[in-house]
Amino acid sequence: MTLEVLAGGLQTTVQDLGRFGYRHLGVGVAGALDGYSARVGNLLAGNPENFAMLEIALHGPRLRFHRAARIAITGAELDAQADGIAVAGWRQVDLPAGCELVLGPCRRGARAYLAIAGGIQVTPVLGSASTDLRAAFGGVSGRCLVAGDLLPLADTSPVGAADQTFVCWKPAAIPNPATLPTLPTPAPWWLNPEPDLDFKHHTPIRLLPGRDAVVPATALCSDAYRVSAHSNRQGLRLQGPPLTLVDRRERLSEPVAPGTVQLPPDGQPIVLLGEAQTIGGYPRIGHVIAADLPRLAQLRPGDTLHFEMIDAPTAHALACAQRQRLTRMALAIEQRRRES
Amino acid sequence: MSAPTIERLGDQALLLRWGDSADIAVNRRVHALAGRLRAAAAPWLVDCVPAYASLAVFFDSATLPGEDPMAVVAECVSAILAGEERRSGATPSRLVEIAVCYGGDHGPDLDDVASACRLSAAQVVERHSRPEYLVAMLGFSPGFPYLLGLDAELAVPRLATPRVCVPAGSVGIGGAQTGVYPNAGPGGWRLIGRTPQCLFDARRAPPAQVMPGDRVRFVPIDAAQFQALHERET
Repeated sequence: MTLEVLAGGLQTTVQDLGRFGYRHLGVGVAGALDGYSARVGNLLAGNPENFAMLEIALHGPRLRFHRAARIAITGAELDAQADGIAVAGWRQVDLPAGCELVLGPCRRGARAYLAIAGGIQVTPVLGSASTDLRAAFGGVSGRCLVAGDLLPLADTSPVGAADQTFVCWKPAAIPNPATLPTLPTPAPWWLNPEPDLDFKHHTPIRLLPGRDAVVPATALCSDAYRVSAHSNRQGLRLQGPPLTLVDRRERLSEPVAPGTVQLPPDGQPIVLLGEAQTIGGYPRIGHVIAADLPRLAQLRPGDTLHFEMIDAPTAHALACAQRQRLTRMALAIEQRRRES
Repeated sequence: MSAPTIERLGDQALLLRWGDSADIAVNRRVHALAGRLRAAAAPWLVDCVPAYASLAVFFDSATLPGEDPMAVVAECVSAILAGEERRSGATPSRLVEIAVCYGGDHGPDLDDVASACRLSAAQVVERHSRPEYLVAMLGFSPGFPYLLGLDAELAVPRLATPRVCVPAGSVGIGGAQTGVYPNAGPGGWRLIGRTPQCLFDARRAPPAQVMPGDRVRFVPIDAAQFQALHERET
């Protein structure tokens, strides 16, 4: 039971929600950069939140399903066709065996997610299926997908895999091939990812203060920044009016995290993403809050963004609200399934 | 020694800092606290990342009560710190020996380092393999050990242009620091030797042969010994 890669796309990788517990060894988190879309994709496919899926950057792959499968596409808006039939995102879609799924360019946003019922079966490395491109391990040999790759899909239900999640994973979530339609069949209902994703960039990216101050103190939040083409899974390089530090002494290297806003000597900030290194020596002028990392991950080269400084209780309230929306989505999906 | 400052590292972690210098006594305290935090096994602990003079504590805010989860974590860390003050003596740490073939193809920058330090190549090797180093932290790439204890005479600036590919196992000096590249990749430190030992393998448990807080000694070997050990490792 495999998923055959006919064309790899620009940068398609196997990811789950990341590799935790090894940062003291210099092993970063990696994982889906937009963890919100990844979670919703798995919920729609009937999986626990942390199952391995594909992360698709800017231009998608061409895939053949060697068996019937329930899938969901979330994250960036991209052109998707299953056997020539347009497939919309943020809903469950049942595909017949032999179906060819063509994922084109991302129209809005930078990263789409393809979740498949049962998940993609790769050997976990240090407890995670996530591809770490810089360290070159995890996923498929630590690299992006290329034509000819065969990804094993679950052909039986891994019962008991559902611990750690608030969604009870019903093995029946993998559709029975005998009852599957012969044509790609999208569900008649879908989910709205707002406000957790917002491709119009109306809401600023919110951050907590970092250790290092700039002059004037409000400089980071007063101007718009443009995302440079030199951005990658490690971080977004931003272009804007150069920032100046209050204290320009050399810093001792210290731990950093996804969301940390670093300021190299050229005064152009770098915001770290999921594949961030574990330790960094640049001054840190802020930290993007966890609830806004998904929106950050969806910024494309050339997009502009604004920052807004908030306080810790507000950051926590925003994180809680996002988790509550995910919980309500999981319940709503369950209910729809029971009704259908 | 003064107590560390506690600050936020975003909304999912806090950072403790013991000043701004890379000091062996300070770094030992970092590792001691990291060990005690892990031993306490709080349900919210996600990652505990030591550096030269700082320690990041990553927590799962969903499992913590109240309006500001960091306050709960900070309180717990402070309680462990207070307990630490009452204890005396250093925690014992492991000594790891790393075999190094200095110079030649394995250490292409050894002669440059020697002339920059006004020493002979043999003196550089002697001074580099004499001390017992402390693994201050792992970072830069998986398993890369930053070592404290380099002879001050051996400090040399990094390369103006980093190498595109440093061979796995290369031992380098960058400023006042020394370390080992566990895997092939780009790097700007001056390479004085190479170890045949595999320092990091994600498929192994534990993946890193050298852990933060360990002590390290470099043992000089010749090219024939390098070859023999290298064949045994692969």
